[in-house]
Amino acid sequence: MLLIRRFEEALIAHNPVGHLSIGQEGAIVGACMALRDDDYVTGTHRSHGHPIGKGADINPLMAEVFGKKTGICKGLGGSMHLTDTSRGLIGESAIVGGGFPIATGAGLSIQVRETDQVSLCFFGDGAANQGTFSESINMAAIWKLPVIYFCENNGYAVTTSVEKSHGQPDIARRADGYGIPGIIVDGQDAEAVHAVTQEAVDRARAGEGPTLIEAKTYRFDEHSNRLAIPIEYRSKEEIEYHRNERDPISLYRATLLSRDLLADVERIEQEVAKTIDAAVEFARESPEPDMEDVWDCMFSNPINFPAYEGEL
Amino acid sequence: MRNSVQKLSYLQAIIEAEREEMQRDENVILMGEDIAVYGAQSLVEEFGEKRMRNTPISENSFVGVGVGAALTGLRPIVDLTIASFCYLASDQIINQAAKLRFMTGAQLKVPLVVRTSTFYNNRTAAQHADRPYPLFMNTPGLKVLAPATASDAKGLLKAAIRDDDPVIFFEDINLWGKKEDVSTDVDLLVPIGKAAVKRSGSDLTIVSVAGCLPHALAAAEVLAGEGINAEVIDLRTIVPMDKETILTSVAKTGRLVIVDNSHKVGSVASEIAAVVSEEAFESLRKPIQRVATPQVHIPYNGALEKRLFASKDRILEAVRVII
Ligand SMILES: Cc1ncc(C[n+]2csc(CCOP(=O)(O)OP(=O)(O)O)c2C)c(N)n1
Ligand SMILES: [Mg+2]
Repeated sequence: MLLIRRFEEALIAHNPVGHLSIGQEGAIVGACMALRDDDYVTGTHRSHGHPIGKGADINPLMAEVFGKKTGICKGLGGSMHLTDTSRGLIGESAIVGGGFPIATGAGLSIQVRETDQVSLCFFGDGAANQGTFSESINMAAIWKLPVIYFCENNGYAVTTSVEKSHGQPDIARRADGYGIPGIIVDGQDAEAVHAVTQEAVDRARAGEGPTLIEAKTYRFDEHSNRLAIPIEYRSKEEIEYHRNERDPISLYRATLLSRDLLADVERIEQEVAKTIDAAVEFARESPEPDMEDVWDCMFSNPINFPAYEGEL
Repeated sequence: MRNSVQKLSYLQAIIEAEREEMQRDENVILMGEDIAVYGAQSLVEEFGEKRMRNTPISENSFVGVGVGAALTGLRPIVDLTIASFCYLASDQIINQAAKLRFMTGAQLKVPLVVRTSTFYNNRTAAQHADRPYPLFMNTPGLKVLAPATASDAKGLLKAAIRDDDPVIFFEDINLWGKKEDVSTDVDLLVPIGKAAVKRSGSDLTIVSVAGCLPHALAAAEVLAGEGINAEVIDLRTIVPMDKETILTSVAKTGRLVIVDNSHKVGSVASEIAAVVSEEAFESLRKPIQRVATPQVHIPYNGALEKRLFASKDRILEAVRVII
């Protein structure tokens, strides 16, 4: 959790791009900790945290957000697309709702190949209004695919509140319409998230099909720190309340201290600070990608487009 | 207020067009995601939530809702914000909006406007940076607009709202902030299907598609310094295309460079080149040059991204080949 927080704080300081997950780390890490390295994950535009939760190396992630050649996607994907396939990530969709079918397809693949992996689809409250949500979950339900649909419900899609965009505000209740379990959990409580995700993962591995989990969480920062928002769609008091009373990291730190783990907490805090400093350094010093990288990444078997390749 | 002007940015001009048309005709409504964020907050205040609809993230369906409303008496403007989201709605745009009039023997009409912005040169990577107007140029039944100035944006959008056919209106995010004097005449329309000669010249023709215009004009300026007079045509409307203006110019200059930020294969530039080859082959003194985006996706890295799009230098390079 702390690694995600510090990663994004470093971005605010050094390379201000993109959509931050600050405030949502409990949901992200609680879910990821229930997964094995070889379990699949699809992410969203707000996906700095997902690869970190899955244990990806920090340097290539940081370099990617900086657009560098040493980035995990060679500087071609960027902030919204930190895909580390070595940790089971199979793409982050900046097209809202793009991940539902992909995660479902990974579930199909697991079933056909008869492995005991699972596939977890992170999505936002806003994404639940895409047709792909309904169409994909229904397929997973009828085929009993090992998929966990994990909603980080942070209350808003850009400026649009859940109340103004959903017929009823509990996304997990929609599970009933597909005949699968739907579970609501406090997304600011990492251990609670972990427990319900673990249960869903166990069900999926046992061939009992998909689960829809809704973690109620909160985005502390703006939708994207590159987009000016001219209206006040949520009150300052609401934001302050969540920052002060509902910060998943402060809450979990308190839990750990109550278990007499101060020394461990401090050690982790120091390690995280070092890791992030080193990653910023690495990203800064890394070279820019070349136009050849752009061409090389287009096809598995590069087809010869002499007329175009020479062009730029 | 007739015949006076006000300084407006390209985006403000679009909002003004919407305001004027909503004032003029109560059947005009506007739908889209987070509409207040993209400049339309004042319209929400003026027209209220009945006519200004904030939609869930359901592109295919809310465009379809726009089609249904258009069939039954409204004139909806649907804001698809970023052009890559057109793909999600392409079923309703292509299979429904573009075909319904034809398939019902012209019983139905679809006075729908889809607004969308090409969001490139902005470090948002491949899923946000597309300029998909050729896809819709290739769809019969749609009118496709791509203005490059605030005045044209206003006048063309107003014409689109009053048009009885489905229109897809491409904005260029790189132009959104550009200000110029825009007429306050509420009935000043820019006709759909007319290109604009932005600079006249006799040595070569540069046809600029969509947001490429500032680069084309900058290149023409450099050439003028060298004694080469380029004629610069702003296409403005992609469908229906103003062949006449282009052919007249090429007949005079014999040399043609087309600047288009869409992917080169099957681009608007390709279509213009084909038309000129078919209809004015004899006037050409040199091969047609296309300055377009190669067949790669748009990388996140800003410096690489920039090289894939039109620039004064890339246009000059193409001009040097034929001059
Ligand atoms: C198909 C599509 N439509 C619209 C957008 C623009 N957009 C980006 S993020 C976003 C809101 C998403 O809300 P939610 O799913 O709740 O995720 P959050 O941003 O809250 O993490 C929107 C509308 C997009 N990227 N893709
Ligand atoms: Mg949300």
